[in-house]
Amino acid sequence: MALKASDLSVGDEHEEVVVEDLSRTQIVQYAGASGDYNPLHTDEKFAVEAGGYPTAFAHGMLSMGLTGTMLTNYVGDGRLTKFGVRFSRQVFPGATLTAKATVDAVREEGGEHFVDLMLSTTNQDGEEVVQGSATARVDA
Amino acid sequence: MAVERFPVEAGHIILFARAVGDKNPIYYDEEAAKQTEPGGIIAPPTFVQSGAQFDADYGLRPKIGERWFGSGENPSGSNAPAPEGGDKPRGGGGGGTGLHAEQHYEYHRHLKPGDVLSSTSKPGKTWEREGRRAGKLKFSESITEYRDQNGELVITARSVGVQTERVVEQ
Repeated sequence: MALKASDLSVGDEHEEVVVEDLSRTQIVQYAGASGDYNPLHTDEKFAVEAGGYPTAFAHGMLSMGLTGTMLTNYVGDGRLTKFGVRFSRQVFPGATLTAKATVDAVREEGGEHFVDLMLSTTNQDGEEVVQGSATARVDA
Repeated sequence: MAVERFPVEAGHIILFARAVGDKNPIYYDEEAAKQTEPGGIIAPPTFVQSGAQFDADYGLRPKIGERWFGSGENPSGSNAPAPEGGDKPRGGGGGGTGLHAEQHYEYHRHLKPGDVLSSTSKPGKTWEREGRRAGKLKFSESITEYRDQNGELVITARSVGVQTERVVEQ
Protein backbone atom coordinates (compact mmCIF):
# COMPACT_ATOMS: atom_id res chain seq x y z
CA MET A 1 0.00 0.00 0.00
CA ALA A 2 1.35 3.37 -0.97
CA LEU A 3 1.39 6.30 1.41
CA LYS A 4 -0.93 9.27 0.93
CA ALA A 5 0.37 12.83 1.09
CA SER A 6 -2.84 13.90 2.83
CA ASP A 7 -2.19 11.41 5.67
CA LEU A 8 1.45 12.39 6.24
CA SER A 9 2.80 15.03 8.62
CA VAL A 10 6.35 16.20 9.23
CA GLY A 11 7.69 14.25 12.19
CA ASP A 12 5.69 11.05 11.50
CA GLU A 13 7.80 7.98 12.26
CA HIS A 14 7.94 4.38 11.09
CA GLU A 15 10.25 1.96 12.85
CA GLU A 16 11.10 -1.75 12.43
CA VAL A 17 13.55 -4.16 14.00
CA VAL A 18 15.33 -5.30 10.82
CA VAL A 19 17.63 -7.91 12.37
CA GLU A 20 17.92 -9.55 15.77
CA ASP A 21 21.19 -11.11 16.89
CA LEU A 22 22.83 -10.77 13.46
CA SER A 23 24.44 -14.10 12.59
CA ARG A 24 27.73 -14.66 10.87
CA THR A 25 25.77 -16.88 8.52
CA GLN A 26 23.60 -13.96 7.38
CA ILE A 27 26.79 -12.00 6.65
CA VAL A 28 28.02 -14.98 4.59
CA GLN A 29 24.63 -15.03 2.85
CA TYR A 30 25.03 -11.34 1.98
CA ALA A 31 28.57 -11.95 0.68
CA GLY A 32 27.27 -14.69 -1.60
CA ALA A 33 24.31 -12.73 -2.91
CA SER A 34 26.11 -9.42 -3.41
CA GLY A 35 29.41 -10.87 -4.61
CA ASP A 36 31.40 -8.85 -2.05
CA TYR A 37 33.68 -11.53 -0.59
CA ASN A 38 35.91 -9.11 1.30
CA PRO A 39 37.31 -11.47 3.97
CA LEU A 40 36.98 -8.74 6.62
CA HIS A 41 33.29 -9.66 6.67
CA THR A 42 33.34 -13.44 6.63
CA ASP A 43 36.82 -14.63 7.55
CA GLU A 44 37.42 -14.35 11.29
CA LYS A 45 41.10 -15.28 11.08
CA PHE A 46 41.79 -12.65 8.45
CA ALA A 47 39.69 -9.95 10.14
CA VAL A 48 41.37 -10.42 13.51
CA GLU A 49 44.93 -11.45 12.68
CA ALA A 50 45.53 -9.63 9.40
CA GLY A 51 42.94 -6.87 9.65
CA GLY A 52 43.39 -6.02 13.32
CA TYR A 53 39.62 -5.93 14.03
CA PRO A 54 38.05 -7.49 17.15
CA THR A 55 35.97 -9.77 14.93
CA ALA A 56 34.61 -9.95 11.40
CA PHE A 57 31.92 -7.34 10.76
CA ALA A 58 28.97 -6.86 8.44
CA HIS A 59 29.19 -5.21 5.04
CA GLY A 60 28.03 -1.60 5.19
CA MET A 61 25.77 -2.55 2.30
CA LEU A 62 24.11 -5.21 4.46
CA SER A 63 23.18 -2.47 6.96
CA MET A 64 21.86 -0.41 4.05
CA GLY A 65 19.95 -3.39 2.66
CA LEU A 66 18.36 -4.10 6.05
CA THR A 67 17.44 -0.40 6.33
CA GLY A 68 15.98 -0.62 2.82
CA THR A 69 13.67 -3.43 3.93
CA MET A 70 12.06 -1.11 6.50
CA LEU A 71 11.93 1.65 3.91
CA THR A 72 10.11 -0.27 1.17
CA ASN A 73 7.74 -1.80 3.75
CA TYR A 74 6.83 1.80 4.67
CA VAL A 75 6.63 3.55 1.29
CA GLY A 76 5.34 0.63 -0.79
CA ASP A 77 6.64 -1.34 -3.76
CA GLY A 78 8.37 0.58 -6.53
CA ARG A 79 7.85 3.99 -4.92
CA LEU A 80 11.40 4.94 -3.98
CA THR A 81 13.07 7.62 -6.09
CA LYS A 82 16.14 8.23 -3.89
CA PHE A 83 17.88 6.34 -1.11
CA GLY A 84 21.23 7.34 0.37
CA VAL A 85 23.15 6.55 3.53
CA ARG A 86 26.32 7.23 5.43
CA PHE A 87 27.80 4.35 7.42
CA SER A 88 28.44 5.80 10.87
CA ARG A 89 29.58 2.73 12.74
CA GLN A 90 30.51 -0.88 12.07
CA VAL A 91 27.94 -3.60 12.70
CA PHE A 92 29.22 -6.74 14.39
CA PRO A 93 27.74 -10.24 14.65
CA GLY A 94 25.16 -10.31 17.44
CA ALA A 95 23.81 -6.88 16.54
CA THR A 96 20.12 -6.11 16.79
CA LEU A 97 19.27 -3.23 14.47
CA THR A 98 16.25 -0.96 14.47
CA ALA A 99 15.65 1.13 11.37
CA LYS A 100 13.56 4.28 11.57
CA ALA A 101 12.19 6.68 8.95
CA THR A 102 10.99 10.15 9.97
CA VAL A 103 8.99 12.37 7.62
CA ASP A 104 11.06 15.46 6.81
CA ALA A 105 8.84 17.02 4.11
CA VAL A 106 5.74 16.30 2.07
CA ARG A 107 5.77 18.15 -1.24
CA GLU A 108 4.38 18.39 -4.74
CA GLU A 109 6.56 18.59 -7.83
CA GLY A 110 5.37 18.52 -11.43
CA GLY A 111 1.92 17.35 -10.38
CA GLU A 112 3.29 14.41 -8.35
CA HIS A 113 3.49 14.08 -4.58
CA PHE A 114 6.63 13.08 -2.74
CA VAL A 115 7.72 12.41 0.82
CA ASP A 116 11.27 13.14 1.99
CA LEU A 117 12.41 10.91 4.84
CA MET A 118 15.28 11.03 7.28
CA LEU A 119 16.65 7.59 8.10
CA SER A 120 18.44 6.33 11.16
CA THR A 121 19.38 2.77 12.02
CA THR A 122 20.63 2.07 15.53
CA ASN A 123 22.15 -0.94 17.25
CA GLN A 124 21.20 -2.59 20.54
CA ASP A 125 23.26 0.01 22.44
CA GLY A 126 21.37 2.88 20.83
CA GLU A 127 24.35 3.84 18.67
CA GLU A 128 23.60 4.99 15.14
CA VAL A 129 25.10 2.67 12.51
CA VAL A 130 23.43 4.14 9.41
CA GLN A 131 22.24 7.67 8.82
CA GLY A 132 20.50 8.59 5.62
CA SER A 133 17.67 10.04 3.63
CA ALA A 134 15.19 8.87 1.05
CA THR A 135 12.49 10.20 -1.22
CA ALA A 136 9.40 8.29 -2.34
CA ARG A 137 6.48 9.05 -4.60
CA VAL A 138 3.21 9.05 -2.65
CA ASP A 139 -0.46 9.28 -3.58
CA ALA A 140 -2.24 12.63 -3.26
CA MET B 1 33.33 -0.68 -11.51
CA ALA B 2 32.50 -1.09 -15.16
CA VAL B 3 30.25 -3.97 -16.06
CA GLU B 4 29.46 -4.84 -19.65
CA ARG B 5 26.62 -7.23 -18.98
CA PHE B 6 24.70 -7.55 -15.72
CA PRO B 7 21.63 -9.72 -16.32
CA VAL B 8 18.97 -9.19 -13.65
CA GLU B 9 17.67 -12.66 -12.79
CA ALA B 10 14.74 -13.75 -10.61
CA GLY B 11 16.81 -16.32 -8.69
CA HIS B 12 19.46 -13.75 -7.87
CA ILE B 13 16.75 -11.37 -6.59
CA ILE B 14 15.50 -14.13 -4.23
CA LEU B 15 19.01 -14.78 -2.88
CA PHE B 16 19.55 -11.06 -2.36
CA ALA B 17 16.18 -10.46 -0.66
CA ARG B 18 16.86 -13.36 1.73
CA ALA B 19 20.27 -11.93 2.61
CA VAL B 20 18.81 -8.54 3.57
CA GLY B 21 16.01 -10.19 5.57
CA ASP B 22 13.26 -8.98 3.26
CA LYS B 23 10.28 -11.33 3.00
CA ASN B 24 8.15 -9.10 0.75
CA PRO B 25 6.49 -11.50 -1.76
CA ILE B 26 7.19 -9.06 -4.63
CA TYR B 27 10.77 -10.42 -4.61
CA TYR B 28 9.84 -14.12 -4.47
CA ASP B 29 6.49 -14.89 -6.00
CA GLU B 30 5.56 -14.00 -9.56
CA GLU B 31 1.83 -14.53 -8.99
CA ALA B 32 1.77 -12.38 -5.84
CA ALA B 33 3.88 -9.74 -7.59
CA LYS B 34 1.26 -9.47 -10.36
CA GLN B 35 -1.21 -8.13 -7.79
CA THR B 36 1.14 -5.28 -6.75
CA GLU B 37 1.39 -1.80 -8.23
CA PRO B 38 4.58 -2.55 -10.25
CA GLY B 39 2.70 -5.59 -11.66
CA GLY B 40 5.59 -8.02 -11.42
CA ILE B 41 8.76 -8.93 -9.58
CA ILE B 42 11.15 -6.04 -9.00
CA ALA B 43 14.56 -5.94 -7.33
CA PRO B 44 15.15 -4.62 -3.78
CA PRO B 45 16.54 -1.06 -3.69
CA THR B 46 20.16 -2.05 -3.00
CA PHE B 47 20.20 -5.05 -5.37
CA VAL B 48 22.18 -3.20 -8.04
CA GLN B 49 25.26 -3.47 -5.80
CA SER B 50 25.39 -7.15 -6.72
CA GLY B 51 26.49 -6.11 -10.21
CA ALA B 52 29.91 -6.79 -8.67
CA GLN B 53 29.18 -10.45 -9.52
CA PHE B 54 29.49 -9.52 -13.19
CA ASP B 55 32.54 -7.25 -12.96
CA ALA B 56 35.43 -9.24 -14.44
CA ASP B 57 38.00 -7.13 -12.57
CA TYR B 58 36.26 -7.02 -9.18
CA GLY B 59 38.98 -7.33 -6.54
CA LEU B 60 36.86 -8.72 -3.72
CA ARG B 61 36.05 -12.08 -5.33
CA PRO B 62 38.49 -14.98 -5.42
CA LYS B 63 39.68 -15.62 -8.98
CA ILE B 64 40.16 -19.17 -10.16
CA GLY B 65 43.86 -20.00 -10.23
CA GLU B 66 44.93 -16.84 -8.37
CA ARG B 67 45.97 -16.43 -4.74
CA TRP B 68 43.31 -14.93 -2.54
CA PHE B 69 44.20 -12.47 0.21
CA GLY B 70 41.86 -14.04 2.80
CA SER B 71 43.04 -16.69 5.21
CA GLY B 72 44.07 -20.20 4.27
CA GLU B 73 46.96 -21.74 6.07
CA ASN B 74 47.97 -18.22 7.14
CA PRO B 75 45.82 -15.29 8.26
CA SER B 76 46.35 -13.66 4.88
CA GLY B 77 47.07 -15.40 1.61
CA SER B 78 48.96 -12.41 0.28
CA ASN B 79 51.35 -9.80 1.56
CA ALA B 80 50.82 -7.65 -1.48
CA PRO B 81 48.82 -4.50 -0.79
CA ALA B 82 45.34 -4.55 -2.28
CA PRO B 83 44.53 -1.87 -4.86
CA GLU B 84 43.73 1.62 -3.56
CA GLY B 85 40.23 2.85 -3.04
CA GLY B 86 36.85 1.26 -2.61
CA ASP B 87 36.12 -1.49 -0.14
CA LYS B 88 39.54 -3.09 -0.44
CA PRO B 89 41.57 -3.98 2.60
CA ARG B 90 45.35 -4.09 2.59
CA GLY B 91 46.80 -7.49 3.25
CA GLY B 92 49.47 -7.54 5.94
CA GLY B 93 47.97 -5.90 8.95
CA GLY B 94 48.45 -3.21 11.53
CA GLY B 95 47.60 -0.50 9.03
CA GLY B 96 44.36 1.07 8.03
CA THR B 97 41.54 -0.32 6.01
CA GLY B 98 39.51 0.62 2.96
CA LEU B 99 35.90 0.94 4.02
CA HIS B 100 32.62 1.96 2.48
CA ALA B 101 31.63 5.37 3.86
CA GLU B 102 28.49 6.35 1.93
CA GLN B 103 26.17 4.98 -0.73
CA HIS B 104 23.47 6.90 -2.59
CA TYR B 105 21.03 5.75 -5.26
CA GLU B 106 18.73 7.62 -7.56
CA TYR B 107 16.08 5.39 -9.16
CA HIS B 108 14.86 6.37 -12.60
CA ARG B 109 12.89 3.12 -12.67
CA HIS B 110 12.97 -0.12 -10.70
CA LEU B 111 14.81 -3.19 -11.96
CA LYS B 112 12.96 -6.32 -13.02
CA PRO B 113 14.03 -9.83 -14.04
CA GLY B 114 14.98 -9.83 -17.71
CA ASP B 115 16.69 -6.46 -17.61
CA VAL B 116 20.26 -6.56 -18.86
CA LEU B 117 22.29 -3.71 -17.40
CA SER B 118 25.63 -2.22 -18.21
CA SER B 119 27.43 0.26 -16.05
CA THR B 120 30.18 2.81 -16.29
CA SER B 121 31.87 4.55 -13.38
CA LYS B 122 33.80 7.76 -13.12
CA PRO B 123 35.69 9.22 -10.19
CA GLY B 124 34.09 12.09 -8.30
CA LYS B 125 35.45 14.35 -5.57
CA THR B 126 38.21 13.44 -3.13
CA TRP B 127 38.74 14.96 0.33
CA GLU B 128 40.48 14.33 3.63
CA ARG B 129 39.73 14.86 7.25
CA GLU B 130 41.06 13.87 10.63
CA GLY B 131 38.85 11.17 12.18
CA ARG B 132 38.22 10.60 15.88
CA ARG B 133 38.63 6.83 15.80
CA ALA B 134 40.81 5.95 12.80
CA GLY B 135 43.35 8.75 12.22
CA LYS B 136 43.52 10.56 8.89
CA LEU B 137 40.65 9.64 6.57
CA LYS B 138 40.96 9.87 2.79
CA PHE B 139 37.60 9.91 1.04
CA SER B 140 37.01 9.29 -2.66
CA GLU B 141 33.77 9.35 -4.56
CA SER B 142 32.72 7.27 -7.53
CA ILE B 143 29.65 7.82 -9.72
CA THR B 144 28.18 4.80 -11.51
CA GLU B 145 25.46 4.93 -14.14
CA TYR B 146 23.46 1.77 -14.79
CA ARG B 147 21.73 1.57 -18.16
CA ASP B 148 19.29 -1.04 -19.40
CA GLN B 149 19.16 -3.06 -22.63
CA ASN B 150 17.67 -0.01 -24.42
CA GLY B 151 20.41 2.32 -23.24
CA GLU B 152 18.03 4.05 -20.80
CA LEU B 153 19.50 5.28 -17.53
CA VAL B 154 17.84 3.26 -14.74
CA ILE B 155 19.93 3.92 -11.63
CA THR B 156 22.57 6.50 -10.78
CA ALA B 157 24.77 5.47 -7.85
CA ARG B 158 27.23 7.56 -5.87
CA SER B 159 29.62 5.68 -3.65
CA VAL B 160 32.13 7.13 -1.19
CA GLY B 161 35.05 5.00 -0.04
CA VAL B 162 37.38 5.87 2.82
CA GLN B 163 40.93 4.78 3.41
CA THR B 164 41.67 4.96 7.13
CA GLU B 165 45.11 5.56 8.61
CA ARG B 166 44.58 2.84 11.21
CA VAL B 167 42.01 0.28 12.25
CA VAL B 168 38.80 1.91 13.50
CA GLU B 169 38.70 2.02 17.32
CA GLN B 170 35.53 0.55 18.79
